Amino acid sequence: MKKVFKIFGLIFIALIVGGVFAGCGAAPKAQLKVYNWGDYIDETVIEEFEEKYNVEVVYDTFATNEEMYVKVKGGGADYDVAIPSDYMIERMIKEDMLEKIDFNNVPNYKYIDERFKNLPYDPNNEYSVPYMWGTVGILYNKKLVDEPVDSWQILWDEKYKKQILMLDSSRDSIGVALKMLGYSLNTRNMDELEEAKEALIRQKPLVLSYVGDEVKDAMISGQAALAVVWSGDAIYTRRENPDLDYVVPKEGSNMWIDAMVILKGTKNKKLAEQFINFMCEPEIAFKNTDYIGYSTPHTEAKKMLDPEIANDRTAYPTDEDLENCEVFEALTDIIKEYDRVWTEVKAAR
Amino acid sequence: MRRTCYAYPYLVWMVIFIVVPLFLLLFYTFTVNTAEGIRFTLEHIKRIWEPIYLMVLLRSILLALICTVVCLLIGYPVALILSSKEYSQNRVLAMLFVIPMWINFLVRTYAWMSLLGKNGVIDMVMNFLRLPSIQLLYTDQAVVLGMVYNFLPFMVLPIYSVLAKMDKSIIEAAQDLGADYITVLKRVIIPLSLPGVISGITMVFMPAVTTFIISRLLGGGQYILIGNLIEQQFIVVGDWNFGSAISFVLMVIILITMGIMRKYDKEYEGGAIW
Amino acid sequence: MVGRVIKRIYLYLIFLFLYAPIIMLVVYSFNESRSMGRWSGFTLKWYAELFKDTEVMRALYNTLAIAILSAIIATVIGTAAAIGIHEMKRIKKAIVMNLTYLPVINPDIVTGVSLMLLFVFTKPFTGMGLGFFTMLLAHITFNIPYVILSVMPKLKQLDKHIYEAALDLGATPFYALRKIIIPQIMPGIVTGLLLAFTLSIDDFVISFFTTGSGISNIAIYVYSMARRGINPKINALSTIMFVTVLALLIVVNTRMSRDNPKAKEGVR
Repeated sequence: MKKVFKIFGLIFIALIVGGVFAGCGAAPKAQLKVYNWGDYIDETVIEEFEEKYNVEVVYDTFATNEEMYVKVKGGGADYDVAIPSDYMIERMIKEDMLEKIDFNNVPNYKYIDERFKNLPYDPNNEYSVPYMWGTVGILYNKKLVDEPVDSWQILWDEKYKKQILMLDSSRDSIGVALKMLGYSLNTRNMDELEEAKEALIRQKPLVLSYVGDEVKDAMISGQAALAVVWSGDAIYTRRENPDLDYVVPKEGSNMWIDAMVILKGTKNKKLAEQFINFMCEPEIAFKNTDYIGYSTPHTEAKKMLDPEIANDRTAYPTDEDLENCEVFEALTDIIKEYDRVWTEVKAAR
Repeated sequence: MRRTCYAYPYLVWMVIFIVVPLFLLLFYTFTVNTAEGIRFTLEHIKRIWEPIYLMVLLRSILLALICTVVCLLIGYPVALILSSKEYSQNRVLAMLFVIPMWINFLVRTYAWMSLLGKNGVIDMVMNFLRLPSIQLLYTDQAVVLGMVYNFLPFMVLPIYSVLAKMDKSIIEAAQDLGADYITVLKRVIIPLSLPGVISGITMVFMPAVTTFIISRLLGGGQYILIGNLIEQQFIVVGDWNFGSAISFVLMVIILITMGIMRKYDKEYEGGAIW
Repeated sequence: MVGRVIKRIYLYLIFLFLYAPIIMLVVYSFNESRSMGRWSGFTLKWYAELFKDTEVMRALYNTLAIAILSAIIATVIGTAAAIGIHEMKRIKKAIVMNLTYLPVINPDIVTGVSLMLLFVFTKPFTGMGLGFFTMLLAHITFNIPYVILSVMPKLKQLDKHIYEAALDLGATPFYALRKIIIPQIMPGIVTGLLLAFTLSIDDFVISFFTTGSGISNIAIYVYSMARRGINPKINALSTIMFVTVLALLIVVNTRMSRDNPKAKEGVR
């Protein structure tokens, strides 16, 4: 027993000493703090940036936009660059949490596809530079679904009872219901919301599960016939299981964009802009989209892609597919209503 | 010298890190930010009395109770076995209980999904043995299984630590007086191990009420628990007042429930509301 | 005889239950495919990727450091607290214990956010922002109640008379504490230490909100991957951790049974 204590004591001391030494001795280089989704960058890109500009990059990750927001808003974070999603950027702009980008320092912005500029969340392109984008649609297993899939209605079809996976996220699932009914997924109309609620409650017995990111493994292993997924996940799962196919329904859907922003109060604005510019270098943008596997908004990077991927309708939908797609707006004033609707849907027996 | 002074470092810690945040919670629960400034209100607490929220609360408590009972039924025999003659030698056996919990929770739960799902490992084994396929994933049973899996060590270890150094002479005396094993168990061992049992129940029931990730991953997210609700308020909706109010009500309910249970523990070893 | 067999079977079943998912994730750490939905071949590439990843290594260091430090500190404070609380009068004891339960009852999000606010508000006075130290403080805070809950039953089980006898025989209270009480409650202390370590090593929500930039732990690293799907290098990391701990245990076990061939106590 005494021996165990001695060993523990030694480890204790070793840790403290190790920690102290790790702290000192680090040459005070300029530091850039980046906050991104987990596993959402090609790590060699960071090393390249560090070498090129002789800085140290402190790279942290977050799991959801909302958690990132609470942390930044609460004063608990001092990051320079962050990569949130569209509606969160809109909210952060409204709440004065972002710096305007000096685009003289980001000449590579010219490579971003026009389609991703002047979107409602950042109408004058002052605060953000797109990083990755995609759509939301239906992923289905061709072996289990023998009819053409082109509408959200199929997710309400009795034939697929307990073979449907919906997303466990209020805005995404309510959005699907709204689109199915022909309404906007940013609606402020209470009647439309109630209709969506009724539809979702009606659908509930048919739903196998409300999933998060487990949807990928579930579809790959054939647990369900139909699922609502993000296009990035669709790309990945189709590679793992060739029986799967993806479609953006004709009623329209959600188009999402993750973009780079500079947080207010940063002490390294120029360096942050250089980082954003660096990420928009064709080679770098290509490396990222290649590693992550999601769709890139960068025109040059897209040209470098394997033609099989560039022509894949899942990754790069046609204009027709995108016609009825909307970007999420920040609905801070009525998000409570969405939450109440979602609670009622989930609590319904 | 009163031994109570040993608690003073903790009391200081408690005031800074538990009481102050508690006041923060109370502040959010009982105030509302209006145009004129901050004023006292009960509106957040009143919101909870809507049937839908009460149902969520009830369901969470029920699930936690089931989980606790199952943990107790499975865990007590384990603690008995571990402390019995054959195994008491083996100090590290108890450690083997905790080690799975050192692996990341998401990874463990995803592994369970692979085991329980359609075309999962258990399914394949059943098919191999020519037994009918059972769909275990996305059921209530899967949720209880997942919860028991995560909380079992917290039930077993305190009971084991009490049983391990139990005064053998009392047991021998009972046996000398002619009691068989069942009677010894009922009349001697269980009552003496009660403090450990109560600690175990406390360490399982309380956190179980607010767990929700397991029910989302293994239960198919088909129902919403109080933990989801609170998290949603803080993170998605940004309504910290309502979130705090729910937490406050939950806190009061649980403390009262524990207080009732403490009636069995005559010396108030665990403390109670009264 | 039958009793022995039944006991063994029961234990094996329980251990099978506990380790089934662990075995799964070990197996899948060698899976070619990134998905746990299908097996597509044997590979060591995830292990290679793991060692190339400096973020993970740093997160691992933080995780272990905080877990060990917070467990030890919480055990010291908690054990002392339990001894003190045990002697308190009823009302005071009730208040203290109910306050102690709060970190256990409250959902992680409430504890995490309230501690974050506390640290942010006190930053002007302490000059210290969120970081390693604040995360450590948060971990100690939620560990102490579990230590107290583990030590209390042993205190209750204690025979007061032995302590009093020692005092009568001339021992100072502190000496009696060291030589009489502590050894008797040791199983509770060890349990508390183990549980505290277990809670710390895999905590996400509270850690996320109480840490600062540049300091991450394994739980944060893994949960952040949730949207993209968990990279199997985490399976590889878990496998390595598991095998290491198992090896350590076997070593400790063989040494202990060598030192202690005859101590045979137990309930039955």
